[in-house]
Amino acid sequence: MSQNLEIKVKHLTRVEGHGNIVVNMLEGVLEKAQLDIVEAPRYFEAMLKGRSFHEAAIITSRICGICSLGHQMTSFKTTEEALGLEISEQTIALRKILIHGATIQSNILHSLFLAAPDFLKVGSVFPLIGTHPEVVKAALRMKGLANDISSVIAGRAVHPISCVPGGFTKLPDAAQLAELKGRLEKEMIPDLTFAAEVLTSLASEIPGFTRDTEYISLRSDDDYALYDGDICSSDTGRVPDSEYRSMTNEFIVPHSTAKHSRANRSSFMVGALARWNNNHDRLCPEAMAVAEKLGLKAPCTNPFMNTIAQVVESVHCAIDAIRLIDSLLTKGIKPELPNQKPTRYGSGVGATEVPRGILYHEYAYDRQGRIMSANCVIPTSQNLANIDDDMKKIVPEICDRPKKEIIHGLEMLVRAYDPCISCSVHMLDVEFVE
Amino acid sequence: MSAKTAQFITIRLSRASRRRSKMSKKARVAIFDFTGCEGCELNHLNFEAQLLDILEHVEIVEWREAMDEKADGYDIAFVEGSLSTPDCITRIHKIRRKAKFLVAVGACAVIGGVNAMKNTRPSEEIREEVYGKDKYLFPSLPALPLSAVVKVDFNVRGCPMTQIEFLKVFTALVMGKMPVEPDHSVCVECKLKENECVYDKGMICLGPVTRAGCDAHCPSFGQYCYGCRGLVSEPNLKAMEEILVNHGLSMDEAHKRLLLFNANQIEGVTS
Repeated sequence: MSQNLEIKVKHLTRVEGHGNIVVNMLEGVLEKAQLDIVEAPRYFEAMLKGRSFHEAAIITSRICGICSLGHQMTSFKTTEEALGLEISEQTIALRKILIHGATIQSNILHSLFLAAPDFLKVGSVFPLIGTHPEVVKAALRMKGLANDISSVIAGRAVHPISCVPGGFTKLPDAAQLAELKGRLEKEMIPDLTFAAEVLTSLASEIPGFTRDTEYISLRSDDDYALYDGDICSSDTGRVPDSEYRSMTNEFIVPHSTAKHSRANRSSFMVGALARWNNNHDRLCPEAMAVAEKLGLKAPCTNPFMNTIAQVVESVHCAIDAIRLIDSLLTKGIKPELPNQKPTRYGSGVGATEVPRGILYHEYAYDRQGRIMSANCVIPTSQNLANIDDDMKKIVPEICDRPKKEIIHGLEMLVRAYDPCISCSVHMLDVEFVE
Repeated sequence: MSAKTAQFITIRLSRASRRRSKMSKKARVAIFDFTGCEGCELNHLNFEAQLLDILEHVEIVEWREAMDEKADGYDIAFVEGSLSTPDCITRIHKIRRKAKFLVAVGACAVIGGVNAMKNTRPSEEIREEVYGKDKYLFPSLPALPLSAVVKVDFNVRGCPMTQIEFLKVFTALVMGKMPVEPDHSVCVECKLKENECVYDKGMICLGPVTRAGCDAHCPSFGQYCYGCRGLVSEPNLKAMEEILVNHGLSMDEAHKRLLLFNANQIEGVTS
């Protein structure tokens, strides 16, 4: 079949940040299928150079408003390792609850506000207020509660305040935590169950595309790894987080202000679907029940199912947050001050699962506690090569459809990855010579 | 969002509703983003319970992050992010032409935000650091606030912008009134909240030179103020640096701390 096809979507909508879809097909031969990243670079290294450890998380938080909490957590872990700062069990438990809240917030934002309109064939969430008011209200309630978790424990949801290297400047009290727990049980769980039912009824709208893919996520022995763990590839198994460079191998491509990544193949995927594929055996029974209802089976190589995996893991996050709050309430909240007395000055690596996948920070500090060099590898940049590879496979499969339908299919594909483009171009990879 | 905040918003909206019933149609609103983290935009969606009430008063006609549709003109354009590429400059002029009111939302749009820190170093040098020999692929300008390029009618400050302030500006505009910007320091609000002074806890704080309006949110959570709202109109920076040095920072650290959000206002643009 001799097909000519030229597609250019400028500033793709309903994604975070600025990207263009470009496809060229000449007489049935695919010449180009890629996501151009046109987000303005922000040069975070210029901001971090010479900065004190107090400022590292304040600055890297501003890489992305949607992932700000994840950047902060990763930054604290990196700084704490580099400066030898011990943190308490209580701090770790509170951080895990914060990550659960941020994960639910971001997953709901993506699955119900940005992706669901595709399944219901409308241009945004706003028409759904009239046609599906209950879904919109449930989504707003879930997002509200997820944000309240951050507000209560860390001061606010976007660029949290009271979590700092070494601990917290202000701690929540038992009554506040108990209230959050009650709302998680009475509001979040029923709302998530309802959202899963709605998505089950839309299952036929999810494209049946598959491509054999390498999946990379954190993995730990004792829980569904979000806050901490080893790096795990579905191809080659586990390595410690200090080896993150061999699992990302960043390289520059002319069509993207964000660097691309590869590990064992030309590309790999990170995010909720990668976590599902590598860690589904660590999910709580309630989340597994929702997965079964939604038809999510491991291993799953359909990137469009990423949205479904987000809903499944949100159930786990809610259940686990309740468990963590219970254990904190049993032990009682201890009035701890943040530990900010460095015992050494060196380098550190931090790896955390943020909603869009695995996030790495690495800093080296000088004797004055100032940053000499920094590197951040962002989940969305790790996914970019994989998105291009998916596009190259999907275009020939759908090229005989009307152009409008092809464009919509490609937009849906990119959206399924829940790309956070602001993040992806704010990389730092710098060795300063003093 | 606290119950108090929710109550405040509901009252303001019902007032706006009574006034608006005299008017003919909903205000047409568009939301745009430039170079930033989109955290302020996310906060538009974080109105949650109030979002549906707000939509009673406005018709959102363009918002790339949330919807597909595009518009030819709008009553109010809320713009987030700083201007840092040639394309940004072209786009902001277009938006200004189509908008009756243009509101800068968040630190990046109002003062350049953290992006402006890069302006204090030569542009060639930092592009080389990030992209090496491929630097020619990606043109970049100094990060500028919107007001450096087009007329801005109102500011909603903060990093991220706070919903209460956004709503004050929003309801004022919807009611055809002029919002008022505070020009006193964060310390004033901190004292009104009866917080223990951050300096008394052995930390440093930029409250004395930072413009109020946030209800001293960070000091209320045990953190110091790092100046995200921009400076008061006549800040005594020399005295501020002296205080920082007296509390244990080196002169270089003190200066750097002040540049976190206010590089454009303090150093101007050097690249």
